[in-house]
Amino acid sequence: MSSATFLGMPPFPEAAEHAVRDARTRHNLHKATHTIRGKRDAVVGELGDDWARLRAEGEAVKTHTLRHLDHYLERLEESVQRAGGTVHWAADAAEANAIVTRLVRRTGETEVVKVKSMATQEIELNNALEAAGITAYETDLAELIVQLGEDLPSHILVPAIHLGRSQIREIFLDKMAEWGVPAPADLTDDPRALAEAARVHLRELFLRSKVAVSGANFAVADSGTLVVLESEGNGRMCLTLPETLISVVGIEKIVPTWSDLEVFLQLLPRSSTGERMNPYTSTWTGVTPGDGPQDFHLVLLDNGRTDVLADTVGRQALRCIRCSACLNICPVYERTGGHAYGSVYPGPIGAILTPQLHGMSSEVDRALPYASSLCGACYDVCPVAIDIPEVLVHLREQVASAPGHMGEKAMMAGAEAVFGSSTALDAAQRAAGLVGGAIPKHLPGTAGKWTDTRDLPEIPRGSFRQWWNEREEDR
Amino acid sequence: MGGSRERVLARVRAALADVPADEPVERPSEHPYADAHSEGDTLEVLADRLLDYKALVERVTEADLPGRIAAALDRRGAGRVAVPPGLPQAWLAESSVERVGDTAEAPLSAADLDATDGVVTACAVAIAETGTLVLDARPDQGRRALTLVPDYHLCVVRAGQVVDGVPQAVRRLDPGRPLTWISGPSATSDIELNRVEGVHGPRTLEVLLVEPDT
Ligand code: SF4
Repeated sequence: MSSATFLGMPPFPEAAEHAVRDARTRHNLHKATHTIRGKRDAVVGELGDDWARLRAEGEAVKTHTLRHLDHYLERLEESVQRAGGTVHWAADAAEANAIVTRLVRRTGETEVVKVKSMATQEIELNNALEAAGITAYETDLAELIVQLGEDLPSHILVPAIHLGRSQIREIFLDKMAEWGVPAPADLTDDPRALAEAARVHLRELFLRSKVAVSGANFAVADSGTLVVLESEGNGRMCLTLPETLISVVGIEKIVPTWSDLEVFLQLLPRSSTGERMNPYTSTWTGVTPGDGPQDFHLVLLDNGRTDVLADTVGRQALRCIRCSACLNICPVYERTGGHAYGSVYPGPIGAILTPQLHGMSSEVDRALPYASSLCGACYDVCPVAIDIPEVLVHLREQVASAPGHMGEKAMMAGAEAVFGSSTALDAAQRAAGLVGGAIPKHLPGTAGKWTDTRDLPEIPRGSFRQWWNEREEDR
Repeated sequence: MGGSRERVLARVRAALADVPADEPVERPSEHPYADAHSEGDTLEVLADRLLDYKALVERVTEADLPGRIAAALDRRGAGRVAVPPGLPQAWLAESSVERVGDTAEAPLSAADLDATDGVVTACAVAIAETGTLVLDARPDQGRRALTLVPDYHLCVVRAGQVVDGVPQAVRRLDPGRPLTWISGPSATSDIELNRVEGVHGPRTLEVLLVEPDT
């Protein structure tokens, strides 16, 4: 019953090369992304010209909020406290995990039910709880599939998008018994039967659970209201039946006023599941006597977000409402799948968000800005108009100007200390090679197969520096 | 309970050094978008959208309502139904189902609710364009758990509660109340991104759309 982690994943070019060879995954992804694209196009089309106005307003609200984030954070805190909730602040993942663990321990419970949440995936809360002897049960169907299969999420909205129905059936048959109510022996791969198996598997757990952990799609500063959009009712179960509710929410999830939901409750469902409205949306404000959890905690999470905010070009990534439309439209994502991005945030948004959250500290992070053909489809579908190609190019420039330099220098210093100066030059060359490895030198071959009609960037053939210089001359 | 409050706020402020100090903190609310998009009769659009998401829908008149509620519960074969504290008495007047009342003094447990065959409630607002019912937990709808645990939800929507678009609904609602927006029975898109109805919430949603007697 261990949880998988993205730690130690190879960087994108390597992981991608492996992924594109996996025919089954590619088939599943192709089918799923094309289904959802069609649905999104239809329901966005229904709104005609108004879509562009809603999109512009969504962008404006988020941009404004981010530019005054300190003000809105304090306002949100005040509103939530006024409504009977408790607000906690976590600077990083370790702090957030410690806060949640402490809150759960205080209840005396050793199990929690979870509503799908990107923030808690990002901080790997389930692992932290497990280490503290607390079992976290994922209740969203796709999260459940990933958890049971000891797999990794590969999509923001549908973490098990890389699996087809027959694979899901096998996982249910093999693993459900380990976690609770087993799957029926005669389970078929009919999606209805699979959904029914999930219902039966989780039913008793919902009815007995005392503590729930959630995220939120939006946090409304002026009213202190949290908003969760979902489909299955697992969210409602977790947000309604337990006695204690702990919501871990990134600081960028704020919108200033209740009326801003007029915009986002149109943009999000149509962009994400391609529905006019998702089956269930829950909103709650602090604690309501006699209705729902009587102990409510909001954990506001930074974990690198303020670093993203400090970059005046890159900060637009914080507008993201996690709809996943950019994943579904992306020709690179469709062929590599989500795991190749080595992060809980895959696809185009992951390629700009992950390296910024991590401060481009690893080879994996530095490779991500290159995981794109810069075709711009992600920008076109983004409901808050994040110019992903602009940020990708911006980050490539950072990779180019910093680690090509610093990586080399650092390696030199490290090599001198370890090997002595006689091998320093050799080490420096290897360092340069390492940095070069972060550049898509593997992409030419695979990229050629990935996209036939896309406007691919110039392929780097030699060392990184050579490639960069040539690129600069071409400008 | 502060945790790293000051640290996070200081980091936010440092990150925003480029924002001019005199930039207004409040945004003018201009609503440069439409209130609604649907064309046609509001109730017809609502009925159409509800059906599209696999809810059962009937148009009824005020005078017919108790009879139609009784008939719906009969068709469902419901023997015991959960009843919110403020459900209009008349609504169940013609039905012989056993009423399992939920009150603030004697709230039903999740297990009690699980043992009922369904629940009958009113709603607060309905949105035609998206086929959405919004419940705000007033006494004629009850606590949120009431419409969650039972497998069958019969919801009565009055014509005056129906708006065309999402913005109009948001304006009518009080964020201070716990709200549940319901668009069809529970469903999932998690298997190959196709919508399948019937997961954890009520698997059957039946809506009676009430028009005033003419
Ligand atoms: S970047 Fe835009 S399109 Fe991609 S998930 Fe975020 S909001 Fe959606």
